[in-house]
Amino acid sequence: MSIIVENLSYIYMPDTPFEKVALKDINLKIEKGEFAGIIGHTGSGKSTLIQHFNGLLKPSSGRVLINGIDTTGKELRELRRDVGVVFQYPEHQLFEETVYKDIAFGLIKQNLTQEQVDAEIRKVIQTVGLKESILDKSPFELSGGQKRRVAIAGVLAMKPSILILDEPTAGLDPRGRDEIFGFITKIHETMGITVILVSHSMEDVARLVDRVIVMNDGQIELDGPVKEVFSDIQRLEGIGLSAPQISYMMQELKKILPDINDRVYTVSAARDDILRHLGAGGSRND
Amino acid sequence: MSLDKSIIEVKDVSFVYKSSNADRPDVTALSDMNLSIREGEFLAVLGRNGSGKSTLAKLMNALFLPTSGTIIVNGLDTTNEELLWDIRSSTGMVFQNPDNQIVGNVVEEDVAFGPENLGIPPEEIRIRVDTALETIGMTEFKEYAPHRLSGGQKQRVAIAGILAMKPKCIVLDEATAMLDPIGRKEVMRILRKLNTEEGITIVHITHHMDEAGKADRVLVIDEGKRVIVGTPREVFSDVKRIKKLGLDVPQVTELMYELNKCGYNFPTDILTVEEAIACLKQSLPSGKEL
Repeated sequence: MSIIVENLSYIYMPDTPFEKVALKDINLKIEKGEFAGIIGHTGSGKSTLIQHFNGLLKPSSGRVLINGIDTTGKELRELRRDVGVVFQYPEHQLFEETVYKDIAFGLIKQNLTQEQVDAEIRKVIQTVGLKESILDKSPFELSGGQKRRVAIAGVLAMKPSILILDEPTAGLDPRGRDEIFGFITKIHETMGITVILVSHSMEDVARLVDRVIVMNDGQIELDGPVKEVFSDIQRLEGIGLSAPQISYMMQELKKILPDINDRVYTVSAARDDILRHLGAGGSRND
Repeated sequence: MSLDKSIIEVKDVSFVYKSSNADRPDVTALSDMNLSIREGEFLAVLGRNGSGKSTLAKLMNALFLPTSGTIIVNGLDTTNEELLWDIRSSTGMVFQNPDNQIVGNVVEEDVAFGPENLGIPPEEIRIRVDTALETIGMTEFKEYAPHRLSGGQKQRVAIAGILAMKPKCIVLDEATAMLDPIGRKEVMRILRKLNTEEGITIVHITHHMDEAGKADRVLVIDEGKRVIVGTPREVFSDVKRIKKLGLDVPQVTELMYELNKCGYNFPTDILTVEEAIACLKQSLPSGKEL
């Protein structure tokens, strides 16, 4: 088990007039190798929750176990190596003179030889789809999309077994977004790591993850396979979220075609299901 | 207010970022851009990161001046320094990060910042601030500290600050990029309202295709050049081209495109769920009782 959360509650600024309960009695298990999405509107507790996964925040009550390590214990170093967190706008955290040095920053703190560090940097820069020639540049010469990838490369270089991404594609154009999700999906598939994606984009979540955890008001509102969660449109809307446009369409279509599959949330799946019905009638209108 | 009168004229505009380093070449961000934005229109601007969208936005209120060509805002040439205040008060800008543009300690103070700098009398400022906050639906938050607001509320405060200067046009440079779906909806609703009720011209730069779909007109920029201009329906119907430009179309538009690839002949300019359902309905096997 990658992540076990038991009866977790978290209170910001307890015993002050600003006291705010951010998480209430959360119970959650995430298996090794899962690709899970966390959705919820601003203030629902998503960020507070993921900050518990690498021990940045400690539970006010309850406990969090990461690969068996209790986050309140002394093994923080190990914990933070296991859990890579890509925060929102991670490029703001680039600070070194060159891309190479920036990615090397985490690696040199481990007991690796110069050759091992060098090999790892060259490997990871390719993983994120950039050329080796970028390594000698200053991070500040790069485009927004390139900076973002360098920042992610710095996290990946640590070979985390759990990768947490908080809005990794905010502000990127659709192609830039697809490129980032492309290598993340590949890393997940080839390296078998656990990936947790926090996102406001229901379309992205629907396309990428196996399981969706919906946060609302510091609690888990829904937790299940993508098709189950996105089929409950009313409940999602009730807490200020929405489903992908295609889910709305399929639910409407079900009113006239009762046996259409309304638990469909991607364009390709909708196409296949609609073709099944159109084809049966043989009424191709071309 | 006539729709034919142009509020912003972009004529043969090029913009080059001069390199300060001899090893690196200059970067041409915009080349030979021509565009006429009509008074009272809602224009969405799409394009990849680095395509020149933000450069164009900054040219529209004289934050940047064209390397060549001219920009006329509300009849004023942006290269005329003496007109700077007039230009900036007629065209306000909202940027991506709400935390970078709020200066006041209290919401109403922040909204008053613009008119104060224009030298408006205090009694008049009081009225303008109250009206602006009412328009964006934030009156009850007027004594709040800005950090207590959500992202969407902060962006609305930023918009109110511009409204207090009585602008003719608001340019938003990815102002919804950092917001959650509720915040995005709030901001879009306000923009629509300002556009239809107050006749304010809106130029909205965004990566969200659903927002662009709600505009009157969409401009697509690629590599510093104007590549497509048209209604959302016209622009998104060319799915292949939009994808090639690295952009997206709404899911239902893409669905129709995919079905057509399988031999069907659905209209290519479908944007909404309702339109998609209406089309599909017609193609269902009619002989069968459903």
